Amino acid sequence: MAKKITLDASGIYYRQLNEQIREAVANGATDIVLKNVNGQRYLAGAMDGDLNFEIQGVPGQDMCSFMRGPKVRVKANAQDGVGNTMDDGTVIIEGLAGDVVGYAMRGGKIFIKGDVGYRVGIHMKAYMEKLPTIVIGGKAGDFLGEYMAGGIILLLGMFSDKPSEPIAGRSLGTGMHGGVIYVRGGVPKEQIGPGLTTQPLDESDKLVIQGIVKDYAKELGLDAKAILAADFVKIKPFSHRPYGNLYVPA
Amino acid sequence: MLFQPINRNYHDFSIVRDKDACINCKVCIRQCAYEAHYWDESRQKVMHDNAKCVGCHRCEALCPTSALLIQKKKSDFKDNALWKPEFIKYIYKQADTGGVLLTGMGSPVGNIPVYWDKLLLDASQVTNPSIDPLREPMELKTFLGAKPVKLEFTKTKDGSPKLKTKLTPNIELNYPLMFSAMSFGSINFNLHIAMARAATELGICYNTGEGGLHKTLYQYGKNTIVQVASGRFGVHRDFLNAGAGIEIKVGQGAKPGIGGHLPGEKINEMVSVTRMVPLGSDAISPAPHHDIYSIEDLHQLIFALKEASEYRVPVSVKIAAVHNVAAIASGIVRAGADIVAIDGMRGGTGAAPGMIRDNVGIPIELALAQVDQRLRDEGIRNRASIVAAGGIRCSADVVKAIALGADAVYFATAALLAVGCTLCGKCYTGKCSWGIATNDAKLAKRQNPDVAAKKLVNLVHAWGHEIEEMLGGMGLNSIESLRGNRDKLRAVGLSDTEMDILGVKHAGR
Repeated sequence: MAKKITLDASGIYYRQLNEQIREAVANGATDIVLKNVNGQRYLAGAMDGDLNFEIQGVPGQDMCSFMRGPKVRVKANAQDGVGNTMDDGTVIIEGLAGDVVGYAMRGGKIFIKGDVGYRVGIHMKAYMEKLPTIVIGGKAGDFLGEYMAGGIILLLGMFSDKPSEPIAGRSLGTGMHGGVIYVRGGVPKEQIGPGLTTQPLDESDKLVIQGIVKDYAKELGLDAKAILAADFVKIKPFSHRPYGNLYVPA
Repeated sequence: MLFQPINRNYHDFSIVRDKDACINCKVCIRQCAYEAHYWDESRQKVMHDNAKCVGCHRCEALCPTSALLIQKKKSDFKDNALWKPEFIKYIYKQADTGGVLLTGMGSPVGNIPVYWDKLLLDASQVTNPSIDPLREPMELKTFLGAKPVKLEFTKTKDGSPKLKTKLTPNIELNYPLMFSAMSFGSINFNLHIAMARAATELGICYNTGEGGLHKTLYQYGKNTIVQVASGRFGVHRDFLNAGAGIEIKVGQGAKPGIGGHLPGEKINEMVSVTRMVPLGSDAISPAPHHDIYSIEDLHQLIFALKEASEYRVPVSVKIAAVHNVAAIASGIVRAGADIVAIDGMRGGTGAAPGMIRDNVGIPIELALAQVDQRLRDEGIRNRASIVAAGGIRCSADVVKAIALGADAVYFATAALLAVGCTLCGKCYTGKCSWGIATNDAKLAKRQNPDVAAKKLVNLVHAWGHEIEEMLGGMGLNSIESLRGNRDKLRAVGLSDTEMDILGVKHAGR
């Protein structure tokens, strides 16, 4: 049975706030509303299981790092490091997010309505049934999906505050050796990492995108049809072993 | 027309087979993973191909009639002090392939001083008595982690004192020694079991390296340091809560500034499960942690890990010894690390580009002395322990490291030698004939976890006795009294600058 609790975060240091949250969860709370959040770090960090968080205000760095399971909704913008090394769960950000979203993320979903900063989705990795997914409604900074080893990044470029920027920054997917990046409407060639190209979708890609967009639109109250009413391209690694032939035994 | 590459016969080793002693039993054929020995059907005898020999000595060690001798190939280029033979061979290989030179194990370069060999220890004579550790208590117990600036006490009702100061978590070690990080994947599971069991029996710690921790090894958690590196392989909340400490690996002495790269060939099913990466796909660790671009970012990750482990264990940060190591270490301590591990340029590796291994970084002795001094000068030495790593060969090196300021040392190459490694340096091929740096089931079986654990325990017991003897000789009965006690060291044949950096006097002074 769901047990709801509301914590007022105003004026509380992150360490005490996170202690209060852990204590509430230990006492059976499953739905946690955090009011007046103002930059407190590590919220929902390493939390486990079937929990729901609603965060009112702007959470601090490394929100949901090492998280496994909870569903976290941020009613505002988020800072850097959302979902760092996250294992499972769902993060919904109704605004924009900063740098390094989903670093080394292994599972779960991160849905962002607006723009994201640099180095998003670096070294995401899939494993068995785990398939990490990041959807970015706006535009992305440099190095999106660098070293990507698995999972899915879906970049829409629709809900952006940066009308004059390209949809993704430089070095998109550099060194990727697994996973796939889908971009709505295409991406200029000069923004893509060495050896990579954009390719048209096949039928299975379309089904994957439809499924993700359906969830994304539902969570953020958007029109899935409008999102799908454009062509997408995909970027996939040219090898699972991009550096396999780099060396000679000394 | 020449079909043979010009460097085919410029191999490093020759196999010498005593024809009278050889009984053609084929043990060498079965033991050599590099196929240097083979059965010649037409001649009905065992033959060999010198070009394939890597100098691992496995065949020599197991030949039942002692018929084999592995020698350096007695072929010399014309003497040239500049163009040493390795440089000539490197160029031939790179001209053939266009490849980056890949090496294994620590740097063998001889022109960088080994400062351990230039330092001598003191002993008591007349003015203070030496202590016999066989008859008197000798304390090697070591605690790693932040220490309070001062201790405060209150009195209980019955008048006895009670500690008021809240202590931060520390790792307790029975010896100032730990098995350094070697990931599961770079070495096989049998050796991870062996390290875990040996560390548990000894009351010390081993380090998982960056390849995660297999579920069956969680039971040894009290003696495990779990490592978080840039690839975050196998890193999740259970892993972070499995050990006695968490280590953020920023750098490695053998390859400062570059990432790791476990080739797909070494990723079998068990490695894949532990690292949580697909079978056969390369496991690439980026050069930096892409969430750490500054000391402030490091602070952020340290506290993300402390939050994830609810402040129950100390967090270590491991860096390679590089030019500004003292300032970097100061930043690491101020970022909240409880332990700073410094890995010198002679530290081992399963795979590193040769140019980096042999040319980047500085020796641990200089780095350690400078880090200890800097933290003391800044009044923050108590906030973190220092662990020295990279080329610790014997117990005297350990004693010297502690006198230079280390709280404990990490050693890994010595641990591999203990189970048979001969430093042939072909770890990256995944074919290790000694069953160490390989995940091939047939080869890995050559390491029995019980036997390997016993050898590791023996080695640490032996070093422990020797450390006690050296301490006792100096009139000390606790390793704590030696820590940073550079008066117990003297240098031989070093320049004023070197002695100034090491903080030691010349022998005779």
